[in-house]
Amino acid sequence: MPMKVGNLPFFEGVDQAIHNTFMVNAVSSAQDGLREKKRKATTGDPTLGNWEDWRDAGEEIRQFTLNHLDYYLKQLSDQFAARGGHVFFAQTAEEAREYIKKVVRKKKAKNIVKSKSMVTEEISLNEALEEEGCDVLETDLAEFILQVDHDRPSHIVVPSVHKNRQQIRDSFRKIGYTGTDEPKELAGFARKTLRGKFLHADVGITGCNFAVSETGSICLVTNEGNANMVTTFPKTQITVMGMERLVPSWKELDVLVTLLCRSSVGQRLTTYVTDITPGAQPDTVDSPQDYYLVILDGGRSRALGTEFQSALQCIRCAACLNVCPVYRHIGGHAYGSIYPGPIGAVLSPILGGYKEYGKLPYASSLCAACTEACPVRIPLHKLLIRHREKYVEGGGKPPFSEKAGMKTFSIGASSPRLYRAGMKTAPFILKPLVHDGAIEKGPGPMKPWTHGRDLPQPSQEDFRTWFRKHKQSEMTGKNHETGEQQ
Amino acid sequence: MSGTIENRESFLQNIASKLNRKAGEYVKTPEWTHQPQFGVRRGASRRELTDVLKNAAEAVYTKVFETDAAGLPDQLDQVIQEYGGAPAIATRDGRFTEYGLNSLFEKYHIETWNVAEGHKNIDRAAQANIGLSVCDVMLAESATAGLYHDKDKARSVSLLPVASIVIVPASVIVPRLTQAMQQVESDIADGKEISHYINFISGPSNSADIEMRLVVGVHGPVKVAYVVVSDR
Repeated sequence: MPMKVGNLPFFEGVDQAIHNTFMVNAVSSAQDGLREKKRKATTGDPTLGNWEDWRDAGEEIRQFTLNHLDYYLKQLSDQFAARGGHVFFAQTAEEAREYIKKVVRKKKAKNIVKSKSMVTEEISLNEALEEEGCDVLETDLAEFILQVDHDRPSHIVVPSVHKNRQQIRDSFRKIGYTGTDEPKELAGFARKTLRGKFLHADVGITGCNFAVSETGSICLVTNEGNANMVTTFPKTQITVMGMERLVPSWKELDVLVTLLCRSSVGQRLTTYVTDITPGAQPDTVDSPQDYYLVILDGGRSRALGTEFQSALQCIRCAACLNVCPVYRHIGGHAYGSIYPGPIGAVLSPILGGYKEYGKLPYASSLCAACTEACPVRIPLHKLLIRHREKYVEGGGKPPFSEKAGMKTFSIGASSPRLYRAGMKTAPFILKPLVHDGAIEKGPGPMKPWTHGRDLPQPSQEDFRTWFRKHKQSEMTGKNHETGEQQ
Repeated sequence: MSGTIENRESFLQNIASKLNRKAGEYVKTPEWTHQPQFGVRRGASRRELTDVLKNAAEAVYTKVFETDAAGLPDQLDQVIQEYGGAPAIATRDGRFTEYGLNSLFEKYHIETWNVAEGHKNIDRAAQANIGLSVCDVMLAESATAGLYHDKDKARSVSLLPVASIVIVPASVIVPRLTQAMQQVESDIADGKEISHYINFISGPSNSADIEMRLVVGVHGPVKVAYVVVSDR
């Protein structure tokens, strides 16, 4: 499963994450910083007008584009190919990997440089190319750090947020770094190490923030300059895009780029907004001469025409991660998917299925902060609820013990006699587990609950008995517990 | 020149069936109900936009110098010195000559990009301390230099040297990205081929990937300066 991060079942991953104090503090601090930057650049920027109007505009554009996705993809591919580019539509991650491997073999490429791309993480492209004997180098600073450490991203925008500078210094030591843990010095090392690699790479691979259908153009939104290197010096360029990441024309690109830059990192524009269209003049010295575009479905079409279609409006700004109280406490890796946080909990089950990711929608307090933060108005918390409903309706194929438990409860609850008997016997059955009026360590289905809090001891008296007595006391004026006149 | 398209039919058919559409059927993009972008700094004067640019440049660690056409050679000379001098490289752009900068180019032995020399250009840019470009559109709101690259107006010049100096004719300053996009749309409507590499650059490259601490100067330039020419 290419999207998978780690091998732990969801709740075990959560257990591990919440005890990682550094990670929890780093994520909290990053969330606070990014949230405040976003506020200043959105609702806090009076020159922009009403931020809600921008969100409306984003939603309207994304919805219309998705509703007519086949047309805009046709236009995009026609335009890209008309300018000399090559387009491959990949239904699955495997098809995408095989095609890219074929291109790399055809070009006899050995050295590959990449800029940050979630979709190439999604299809495990690096591993596939390494199997082909290629040297694949991540060039975004965070991705470079993760690659040195054989680690995976834990945030969509700041992938190495879970690592501190000492850890990064120690990782860089493995590749010859001798300096301190100062971020400037560490970044300087990456600059020096990667500069020569850019200039001599055979193939450059990027993701795609937005494609522009009208002209077959690819827009990259970045800060470090590495994406510009990747798209300038290698003679072959490959861009991989999720099939939904497009806008009709440059007019809509303006709105979406504005929403993305301000919502993700609180910048008016990121340092580089680069728009690449195939067909550079043949004697251009600093430009690829061959341009390949791989458009991936990878399960996205499962959301089309369903109640989950709005999830595809996502522009990967991670604003929902930056406000989520659950992400704050468990970080990205616990989700077990390269797409973490609220959008990850919505998207991962769509792309990877309920069997693997069906528990992720439970990683939410349903406070709706994510929905409020989303610049394109995806109703994230509502989609999480729908996922939960579908999961328990059978979509998730729950384990036998859970099904048997629910079945037993259903039989008990549908017969008044059995229900009353159950209520009466519960206090006696659970008595051995009770300490000081509460159950601290429950067995079976009670375990996750009692792991985080105490379960009150069941009352000897069930609610119906209590209610009947209460009503009687109202009529007689006597306290039903003490028997005294009120 | 025409490229290739593979696997399209079944891919689009699958999508269209989910959307209850006929695959690839034409749709006219509507006039959007919400268009807040056009209200931002509507009607601002060139002077106001220059001031907006100066404020925004501070936030992206970029110095702005302002002069007029007559003062440009001296002003640029000062900026080149302030940013460490030669070696320097410039894009091949007729506007340098038009702005009377030939003698300055000679003084600092500024190399001009020359496609006939192939990869040597890239080597020069990689060794250069300063890269000189002329701006095609300047977005005041974000202090963003829009560069429409081609084989002569090479992208390496604003990417590889330690410092990037961009000359900004005041006539190209616009409120924001919206106007630059309108310009591209207008070129498309006129049947013009758009630049194959449009770069919007807001200051020096940077990263906050290590503990969210901002580091200025990662893979691209470490320093950026804009020289605004008020009467151009």
